[in-house]
Amino acid sequence: MSAPYLSATGMRGGYGKADILNDCTITVDQGQIAVIVGPNGAGKSTAMKAVFGMLNLREGEVRLAGEDITALTPQQRVHKGMGFVPQTHNIFPNMTVEENLQMGAFIRKDDYSGTLAQVYELFPAVADKRRQNAGELSGGQRQQVAVGRALMTQPRLLMLDEPTAGVSPIVMDELFDRIIEIARTGISILMVEQNARQALEIADLGYVLVQGTNRYTDTGEALLANPEVRRTFLGG
Amino acid sequence: MDILNAGVALLNFVVVPAAAYGAQLALGALGVTLIYGILRFSNFAFGDTMAMGTAFTIMVTWAIQALGIAIFPLPTALIALPFGIAVTALIVLFTDRIVYRFYRRKKVDPIVMVMASVGVMFVMNGLTRVLIGVEEIRFDDGARFLFSVQDFRAWSGLTEGLSLRVSQLLTLIITALVCWGLFVFLNRTRTGKAMRAYSDNEDLALLSGIDPDQVVRITWIIGTALAVIAGTLYGLDKTFKAFNYFQILLPIFAAAIVGGLGNPLGAVVGGFVVAFSEVAITYPWKKVAGYLFPDWQPEGLLQLLSTEYKFAVSFVILIVVLLFKPTGLFRGKSV
Amino acid sequence: MSNTRQAEASSPWRGVLLFLVIVVLFVLEGSVRNAFFSGSWNTSLAILNMGLISAVMALGVNMQWGYAGLFNAGVVGFLALGGLAPVLIATAPVPGAWDAGGVRLLLALFVGIGTLVLAAQVWKQVDRHLRVWALIATLALGFVLYRWLFDPAVTAIEANNTASAGNIGGLGLPVLLAWPVGALFAAAVAWGVGKVALGLRSDYLAIATLGIGEIVVAVMRNEEWLARGVKNVSGIPRPVPYELDLQNDPGFVARAAEWGLDPATASGIWVKLCYAGLFTVVLLLLILLAELALKSPWGRMMRAIRDNETAAEAMGKNVTRRHLQIFVIGSAVIGLAGAMMITLDGLVSPSGYNPLRYTFLIWVMVIVGGSGNNWGAALGAILIWFLWIKAEVWGPEIMRLLTMPLPDGGLRSHLIGSAPQMRFIAMGVVLLLVLRFAPRGLLPEK
Ligand SMILES: Nc1ncnc2c1ncn2[C@@H]1O[C@H](COP(=O)(O)OP(=O)(O)O)[C@@H](O)[C@H]1O
Ligand SMILES: [Mg+2]
Repeated sequence: MSAPYLSATGMRGGYGKADILNDCTITVDQGQIAVIVGPNGAGKSTAMKAVFGMLNLREGEVRLAGEDITALTPQQRVHKGMGFVPQTHNIFPNMTVEENLQMGAFIRKDDYSGTLAQVYELFPAVADKRRQNAGELSGGQRQQVAVGRALMTQPRLLMLDEPTAGVSPIVMDELFDRIIEIARTGISILMVEQNARQALEIADLGYVLVQGTNRYTDTGEALLANPEVRRTFLGG
Repeated sequence: MDILNAGVALLNFVVVPAAAYGAQLALGALGVTLIYGILRFSNFAFGDTMAMGTAFTIMVTWAIQALGIAIFPLPTALIALPFGIAVTALIVLFTDRIVYRFYRRKKVDPIVMVMASVGVMFVMNGLTRVLIGVEEIRFDDGARFLFSVQDFRAWSGLTEGLSLRVSQLLTLIITALVCWGLFVFLNRTRTGKAMRAYSDNEDLALLSGIDPDQVVRITWIIGTALAVIAGTLYGLDKTFKAFNYFQILLPIFAAAIVGGLGNPLGAVVGGFVVAFSEVAITYPWKKVAGYLFPDWQPEGLLQLLSTEYKFAVSFVILIVVLLFKPTGLFRGKSV
Repeated sequence: MSNTRQAEASSPWRGVLLFLVIVVLFVLEGSVRNAFFSGSWNTSLAILNMGLISAVMALGVNMQWGYAGLFNAGVVGFLALGGLAPVLIATAPVPGAWDAGGVRLLLALFVGIGTLVLAAQVWKQVDRHLRVWALIATLALGFVLYRWLFDPAVTAIEANNTASAGNIGGLGLPVLLAWPVGALFAAAVAWGVGKVALGLRSDYLAIATLGIGEIVVAVMRNEEWLARGVKNVSGIPRPVPYELDLQNDPGFVARAAEWGLDPATASGIWVKLCYAGLFTVVLLLLILLAELALKSPWGRMMRAIRDNETAAEAMGKNVTRRHLQIFVIGSAVIGLAGAMMITLDGLVSPSGYNPLRYTFLIWVMVIVGGSGNNWGAALGAILIWFLWIKAEVWGPEIMRLLTMPLPDGGLRSHLIGSAPQMRFIAMGVVLLLVLRFAPRGLLPEK
């Protein structure tokens, strides 16, 4: 069995002196959807930032396709094929939709018009508003722009921090469908979700994070079936 | 009722001077607002950057004049301007390297950056004094008028005259060109968009691989170029006096805030709003009223505020905006 | 951790050391005569007196910056406002001025302020759709009424004995009474500015105060009825004896002779010593009050707010209101210093109010001395003031030494000639160095 595409193991670290993450391990295989769930303040966003190099780790390492990237900056990780959609402030509100996507492709030296077309194809709703400022869009469309921006670098691994926060249930289903579609093209997905039940339904792999530590790790299906997980984290 | 003469008087005493002054303020406010948008602090050294850059331009002008080169009817300062910008930009980049970069990396409170800019202000102020002194200097050696009051009267046969000075027209043309160029740069080029992105959402810009040092460098260069152009045009229009450039800081800040700090379009509009208010409120309207209502003999000059208080106008506009719309007319960076 | 403890341990000694350095500088200035020091006690004391007043200004700025992080860029304006008080309180009444238009003038000012108050009420009370028009109508009517009252009154007052007066004149009260009144003037304006600009971005206060500073100075320059504008008011009464009286007093002349001094020098020194004593008392009293206030629950809350505004706000503290309090109090102290300065000079000269000197140099004093520390601000002010004055003399001397290798000629004489201007560069560099390498100043806050 080969090593997983992304493997972040034994991560320990935080913002100041106190550690938020304690021996936290996250792995994702090629083309897999991995979902992190857990209570508010559990350190899910922190774990994502750690994987993306936005946090100094005191212990642990992050490997991508076998290569140790622990010391790389976020920008360098973008070059290595990682894309990240932060939980908040994930668009340029005073720039048009198209400009947002162009900024996503900032590091690309080649012609990215093909990728642009693919993103518009994936999200037809934002394609219609390409000349409009992203800040004027609805919540769901803004999330689509944010995901689209991260896709512009053609990442091998897409990381999404609560992509469905604050959108209506219909838009949420729609977004999940898109995410599955992205995963089908062979892109690995690491996602944090508040809507644990739905997220675990589409997840190949699920992590339940509590106080910066892995509490449960299993396939999405198994976690949904686990009575303890159901009782404590999925509300029965 | 003599609408024609009233209109000409209005043009001559209000519209033309206010437009030229507004253009100068607009350029300054653009510089302030760009620096604010990217570096996130109000640069108190901006007035002295204008003064220092103008001083360099004047010195280069003298050197060019000594070589016997002239571009009459245009002022020689126009050839000197690029040199003035280049020297000033180098100095400003140097101050960023040894002063501001440290605080930027430490992500300090903006007010500490403002404090640091006060230190830079002192140094630049001293440099200007050492370079060129504190006296008034005239350096406009071009033709004075495109057409003078006499020309206009002879041509139109009206009692009222209208004049257009070369420096005023030059101000308007250069401002239009600079604004056009800047907006094309910001909206069409990769680097310009990167600057807007950085101003919009710094963290996301970093995640997108935008190089913050480059953005900051280009911002300083553009901001300085705007400062030196505005300063030189102001000096050509009036005279050069170092202290005036400190005083013009208030209307420039007012213009930038009125337009919405960080918003370039707002800065341009703000510049003209402030300039027209200032001129209209300090202009004695008696003459215009005399043409419009010949029977009315008002006692005073019909001047709302004497010219000495023109800075009060910027201040009041500033206060009104702060009270009612702190983000400015065009949504700038919020409170 | 170890760092703070070290600062705490060394702090009293640092203070004493700084104090000694200052004492030595002033003694040198008074007693040694060479290219660098004047050797005149009169000069030394004159610098000291202005240094003490600068210390009071620095205290005011320090309250705003050090305790609350407020950047007041209009110190010069509050200083000038304070300077109005000695003219309006202590100078002799101008005969005929009040009869010419005093009542009408007061009425005009009353209408002016009343209009603003009314406008604020209109804005609050009137229905949403109408209130913009109601506001504009109120302001326009108020303005017309104000000008109708104000303009003739001013013309009449300024026409009254233009050559030597032309102003409204004072009340002829003791000049010391003008000091607290100066503080009140500054406080009143600070309240207005603070009401508008506080609670917004921190740089908005800086820009608003920059504006008010320029406007106050413009008013002082142009409103001749107030303090004669650029024609200056001189002969403001003193709280201390006059040199001439002392020189004519045989007892004083005899005592001066005992010390081996001629009467002219002795009288100058004596008068300056009186001022120095007076100013020192005020300064120490202010520091005492400030320290007491800091140790009170109010002061603890101020510091809590400064250290973490968000947390304080979350705990239900009204940050903006506290900021307004400290801004008004600090400005009052600056106004007091303004009144003291005019009393010392015996003269109001609006053209002297230069923002670089009276706003930003005060800032250098506070930052260098130690923001947040009252003793630091006061000692820093005296030190910086001494250096500022002496730099004008030292600059050319140092430049002469530095340019020794250069041949006599254009460049060397230009450099020596512009050397006095170098002090602006020097002050900027000092500010930047302290801000960067010792942000807590010479005497860090305990
Ligand atoms: N920028 C930050 N600085 C300091 N502490 C933070 C920061 N962001 C989050 N935290 C703290 O880290 C902990 C985990 O937060 P987070 O990772 O955002 O949780 P989650 O995303 O699981 O809700 C929380 O206690 C939060 O207060
Ligand atoms: Mg989160």
